[in-house]
Amino acid sequence: MTTEAGQFATFVVSDLSFAVDVLRVQEVLQPQPMTRVPLACGVIEGLINLRGQIVTAIDMRRRLGLPPRGSGRPSMNMVIRYEDAAVSLLVDEIGDVLQLNPEALDEPPVNLDSAVRNIIRGIYKLPDRLLLVLDIERAVDLAQAMAA
Amino acid sequence: MEEQDLEVIHEFLVESYENLAKLDQELVALESRPNDKSLLAGIFRTFHTIKGTCGFLGFATLEKVTHQAENLLSQLRDGQRELTSSLVTLILETVDSVRRILSAIEAGGAEGGETFEPLIEKLRAAAQKGNEPLPPAAPAAAQTCPENVSDEDGPKSGSISDSNVRVGVEVLDKLMDLVGELVLARNQILQYNSEREEPVLNATSQRLNLITSELQSGVMKTRMQPIGVVWNKLPRVVRDTAVALGKQIRVEMDGAETELDRTIIEAIKDPLVHLVRNACDHGIERPEVRVRVGKAVQGTLSLRAYHEGGQVNIEIADDGAGIDAARLRQKAVDKGLLRPEESGRLSEKEALHLIFRPGFSTVEAVTNISGRGVGMDVVKSHIEKVGGAVDVVSQPGKGCAIRLKIPLTLAIIPGLVVGSGGERFVIPQVSLLELIRLEGDRRLENVNGTPVCRRRGSLLPVASLSDVLGLAGTAPAEAVNMVVLQAEDQQFGLLVDAIGDSQEIVVKPLGKQLKGLSVYAGATIMGDGRVALILDVRGIGQCSGVLADSRQQARGSREPQSRVESERRRLLLFRAGSFERLALPLSVVSRLEEFPRSSIEKAGGRHVVQYRGEILRLVPLGAVLEGTRPDIEIADPAPVVVVKDGARSVGLLVDEILDVAEEAVIARQKTTRKGLLGSAVVGTQVADFLDLNFVIRAAVEDWFDDVGKTPTPARILLAEGSGFSRGLIRGGLDMAGYTVLEASNFEEALRRLEEQPVDIALVAADLPPHGASALLDAVGARTEWHAIRVLTLAAGSETGLPDGLAKFDGDGVLKSVASLAAAIACDFQTPQHTTTGGRP
Repeated sequence: MTTEAGQFATFVVSDLSFAVDVLRVQEVLQPQPMTRVPLACGVIEGLINLRGQIVTAIDMRRRLGLPPRGSGRPSMNMVIRYEDAAVSLLVDEIGDVLQLNPEALDEPPVNLDSAVRNIIRGIYKLPDRLLLVLDIERAVDLAQAMAA
Repeated sequence: MEEQDLEVIHEFLVESYENLAKLDQELVALESRPNDKSLLAGIFRTFHTIKGTCGFLGFATLEKVTHQAENLLSQLRDGQRELTSSLVTLILETVDSVRRILSAIEAGGAEGGETFEPLIEKLRAAAQKGNEPLPPAAPAAAQTCPENVSDEDGPKSGSISDSNVRVGVEVLDKLMDLVGELVLARNQILQYNSEREEPVLNATSQRLNLITSELQSGVMKTRMQPIGVVWNKLPRVVRDTAVALGKQIRVEMDGAETELDRTIIEAIKDPLVHLVRNACDHGIERPEVRVRVGKAVQGTLSLRAYHEGGQVNIEIADDGAGIDAARLRQKAVDKGLLRPEESGRLSEKEALHLIFRPGFSTVEAVTNISGRGVGMDVVKSHIEKVGGAVDVVSQPGKGCAIRLKIPLTLAIIPGLVVGSGGERFVIPQVSLLELIRLEGDRRLENVNGTPVCRRRGSLLPVASLSDVLGLAGTAPAEAVNMVVLQAEDQQFGLLVDAIGDSQEIVVKPLGKQLKGLSVYAGATIMGDGRVALILDVRGIGQCSGVLADSRQQARGSREPQSRVESERRRLLLFRAGSFERLALPLSVVSRLEEFPRSSIEKAGGRHVVQYRGEILRLVPLGAVLEGTRPDIEIADPAPVVVVKDGARSVGLLVDEILDVAEEAVIARQKTTRKGLLGSAVVGTQVADFLDLNFVIRAAVEDWFDDVGKTPTPARILLAEGSGFSRGLIRGGLDMAGYTVLEASNFEEALRRLEEQPVDIALVAADLPPHGASALLDAVGARTEWHAIRVLTLAAGSETGLPDGLAKFDGDGVLKSVASLAAAIACDFQTPQHTTTGGRP
């Protein structure tokens, strides 16, 4: 795993803080015009045009089984490199990049809601909050999302 | 030499050098892994390709060398002999010789004077010797090589490889994306420019505009090529093949301007040559044969290419002998590819697909042209590598067509922008037939809740895009817009909210997360920079049910209807009762027969006929469909459609067999009428699709009930005084597969019960001498007979047993027996005595 650098980009969804390996993040974008995809799995918010590349956007709130974002609260795009292409994770807020010690990673508690637990690799205990490390492969695996 | 030939040779050289470079590595790898079949197959194909091409270019020496090498390699590939290092040396020597010949060709356009006889002889000897060790290979060929050619041996083929730069597709993709960005930036600048009047900016932005457009089309051009680039070479291939085989073949081309992505062109180049050669060699008959069967002396090979539903379709059709599925089956068994019972289970289509198996060739003689069983599996693997599919359609005696379907991964296609539910979609123009605005007198009609539209005398099934995609529908308006679409051979109407512009769009693939959605062929970026989805017309049609789904079976759908729909390629048409045109898929029909009326007997209330040593049950189809009594007038001779289900057959008594239609279903309507699956336009007329399951179930109730339920057939004692009734009931029981013992009176019945175990006793209420009750008591008195289930048979009113089984109700008896037998099979605990109602 490429966590040697120990640098993590963070984002917030509802009241949860997440972290992803900064090397997997392609870019962070303001809210983008979205094209809906009828009949697609519910967690897919739509498609965005990322400089000629068509990128699927996944709504993290729905992915986590959380209530929808209130209207008027735009979602930020965190574009993640995934298998030669990219996917965009729609999140509430983008946070700082943090330097974290990979050895301090804790197992997720077993009683955590499975929608959340299934897509994280572990938890960092920060002084002010808990930071959930996203397992990107699982998060964008929609077969799993359908089953959940 | 002609311009065209030079071009062909040039390409041949480029390709052959590349292949040879690969061969060196592969052969060395092969030495360490002599049993690697895929490696061997790859080496074999390389030689095969070179040989095939040079055959047409007239390089006889090269052809001879590669032909011999190929012989040897085919022995290795088929495991007939072991690969030894001396063989590898020999093959490497061959590779070197081939390279030298190629250099000579590049230098002088001809092979040079060298004959390579020693090498050819060695290869021939090696191929003949089988596993005998070879003498160490002497570098004989190298010595006989003329000086001027061997000089070029080292820096091989300098000129040609230098004039061509091969650029990776990913580089082109990247360029394409950048151009896309540039276009968007340009659009913004033009927008900005139009808002103010600055001469300098104006001039610069005009220039920018021009350069961007040129750059765009330039980059596009690097990827797109008309298929004609490949096709142009084919007439020559056909001509040479035809001459070599003594045949006369004409080539027809349609759609040569169809643009294809470069990667696709690359991928289909070799398969196309193989297919064309195959069609000439195996498909089109020799002139004398053609004359004999009444065809034109000159055979026709037609090539067609077109875009359809986000795919490129390429069809190579010949008017030759077609493919004999039975022979393919036999061949597969002979070659050990299939077990005989497996081959029998293959459908017609599956049997035809046998030609794509590796090592499969039905031609006995190995010719220079084809017949080594290398072509078709290569074709398939090449096409599938680019995500395409190969299909083969054959009409024995009339010809054969190979259809390649290749996805449009990156192509520019004209598309129509439509709107529905507030979203924008693009429909590929190739699928679009016409636009219709329905208003006033012209509106949608309903058939049983299904919308249809009259269009020039035919009925068009209609679907709504918002419904298909689950979008918020708009309120029914005064006028509706409909686009008429075509997918495969079928047409349907699609209602949309708005119809927009027609424009050139760049098809982009959808992400992995959306791959499973069959309704989209991809996405594109519109002029305003937003994404729009491209509709897959076939997917939309299938999703909305207006198209028969030929892929449904492959997906394992268990919908009973799809079984009929999916095999819509060939239909049997016939007439029965008041139904003038009924249709059944030919695949469920095992034979068509005509029986003289005198041979049709009535037994157990049914029509039966002796057929191939068995009793064939006949179903009077007209009566079953109309729900009337089966006392119908039977024609003489009576036409019968024999259908087979599992091990058993049933004959459908029809009035007249009309025709066999080939893949002509145009539109279909579902129906709620029992016995019919729906109706469709077949050819030019409407035909009703027969629901075979219903018909058989209605006519032969026990067909389904007992199939597979009883592991060992139940033994049945039939105790009945009247010989006539006994025969009647027994017939039905025999057909259902039970072992039947007969008894004509009480004494005999007891004897039978004592002789052997019995599962079910069918006892006539009026069994002589004292009626059924005597036997029932006797059975009840013996503990070892407690397991026997007893059914009483009453002859209607005569016994005053209202709820006993009616003797002449053959179906009722069979049904009761079947349910009892099933209960026995499951070891189900039921009371010892059952009368299916009351007891006497």
